[in-house]
Amino acid sequence: MKSFKFDWLVLPLIGVAVVLLLWQASCATWAKDLPTPAKTWEISKPYIMEPFAKRGEMDQGILRFTWYSLILVAKGYFLALVIGTPIGFFLGLSKTFTKAFDPIIQVLRPVSPLAWLPLGLVLFMGAGKNASELGALFTIAICSMWPTVLNTAVGVRAIPQDYLNVAKVLKLSRTKTLFKVLIPASLPYMFTGFRLSLGIAWLVIVAAEMLTGRPGVGGFLWQEYNALIYEHIILCIVTIGVVGFILDRLMSLVEKKFKTA
Amino acid sequence: MSTYVELSKLAKIYPTPKGNAVIVRDFNLKIQQGEFITLIGHSGCGKSTVLSMLAGLSDISEGGIILAGRELSGAGPDRGVVFQSPSLLPWMTAYENVMLGVEQVFFTASKAERAEIVEYYLTVVGLGDSMHKKPAELSQGMRQRVGIARAFALKPKMLLLDEPFGMLDSLTRYELQQVLIELWRKNKITALMVTHDVDEALFLSDRIVCMTDGPAAEVGEIMTVNFPRPRERKAVMEHPDYYQLREQLIEFLEVRAHRKPSSAAPLKPIVPSEKNLINPA
Repeated sequence: MKSFKFDWLVLPLIGVAVVLLLWQASCATWAKDLPTPAKTWEISKPYIMEPFAKRGEMDQGILRFTWYSLILVAKGYFLALVIGTPIGFFLGLSKTFTKAFDPIIQVLRPVSPLAWLPLGLVLFMGAGKNASELGALFTIAICSMWPTVLNTAVGVRAIPQDYLNVAKVLKLSRTKTLFKVLIPASLPYMFTGFRLSLGIAWLVIVAAEMLTGRPGVGGFLWQEYNALIYEHIILCIVTIGVVGFILDRLMSLVEKKFKTA
Repeated sequence: MSTYVELSKLAKIYPTPKGNAVIVRDFNLKIQQGEFITLIGHSGCGKSTVLSMLAGLSDISEGGIILAGRELSGAGPDRGVVFQSPSLLPWMTAYENVMLGVEQVFFTASKAERAEIVEYYLTVVGLGDSMHKKPAELSQGMRQRVGIARAFALKPKMLLLDEPFGMLDSLTRYELQQVLIELWRKNKITALMVTHDVDEALFLSDRIVCMTDGPAAEVGEIMTVNFPRPRERKAVMEHPDYYQLREQLIEFLEVRAHRKPSSAAPLKPIVPSEKNLINPA
């Protein structure tokens, strides 16, 4: 394929144009209830042009909603890393630990956030008005920690014997071995896990907000569905996608930094 | 001089489902303080296994090793190891790699004293200008220089070198042999090196220990090398005895290594395939 000047800009724009065209065509033919691109833009405009406006609890600018969601994701994601990384290390270091816990991890891993959330709500029922936030955090953490757990374990197992020999020959203490050898050696793998975990955490947020009715992109999406303002559903979908994309890009930048080290 | 290191009845045996795989057996060797000993033998004969037992990286199946009057158990920084691959930690600079060991050994020294030790050894091996570079920025030869500096900087009781120049081109190899022999002469550290390079062994060693073929390898013959020290490559190679010794070594490796010196061995060792060996020589 021959490349030409500005192909990095022109080709993606062509891609977007094709999708918009298909969307328009769908509105005209089989999906009569689907708002057209123009209509979507028109109805969404106030939410995009005044992204931080607050007109009511569930009527706020789209970036303000995004901000709420990001805060919640950040908390849950942080929890996932704090819990997931040590579990990954134990799995990587101990065969016994792996034998004991790997099966249960493999069973819990594919469980959908929609299934975890009610359990989270039940767990924190006593927390009163914080119940929905804690339940959501629980769900985000438990769903998004698996890539961190598994990648950390793989990273620890992949540490070259040479590095371990160095630690052994120099008789480094356990703590020193951990911080000077094991962690730096498995960082690239750990960051791959962190990036994948962040992606999942962002996926889960929508489900969590929908079910708990918290203000945020997901909560807004569900509310507007109930309010029959379908244009906003599309607005939310696009926002979620763009934010997820940006998060992933940021994480791969960090990841690359550690890969070259 | 008295015996400083003694390996007695040393054996390495791996249990396998089909019986015991005997890699090394009945390995006896006495090394004097300040001696440079080379272990030579065919690939896979178990010479690296002996070295890694000395380093404490491989468990001793039978027999024992005494170093400076104490029986060895496990690894420790009293033995400076130079590995075949430089084994530097890639996220640390050359300086930090050497410092990692220096901190372990000289934990009572002040920060400035430790820095001085690290800088001294890196400078002596010729890395004065690149000590703050990461291994990825260094050539293979320079990395192995760091490996040598790291081993010497520990001021170890003994130096263990596991085919340290095996991965280098021959010019770099000569340079590093010179670096090594100079450092060794100044520091008077008892050294054991594993190699399969006959010229390298002759140039560096006081004695060359030839190992018989594995499995169940043991000491075959020991050759004393009396070239005057300090040694210089050209002088050594022009020494009248050089080619005779070289011929003897090669003849041993080609012919006598395959024979078993001790026939009192009713043990039926199972030939381990290379890939099952944890540390094939």
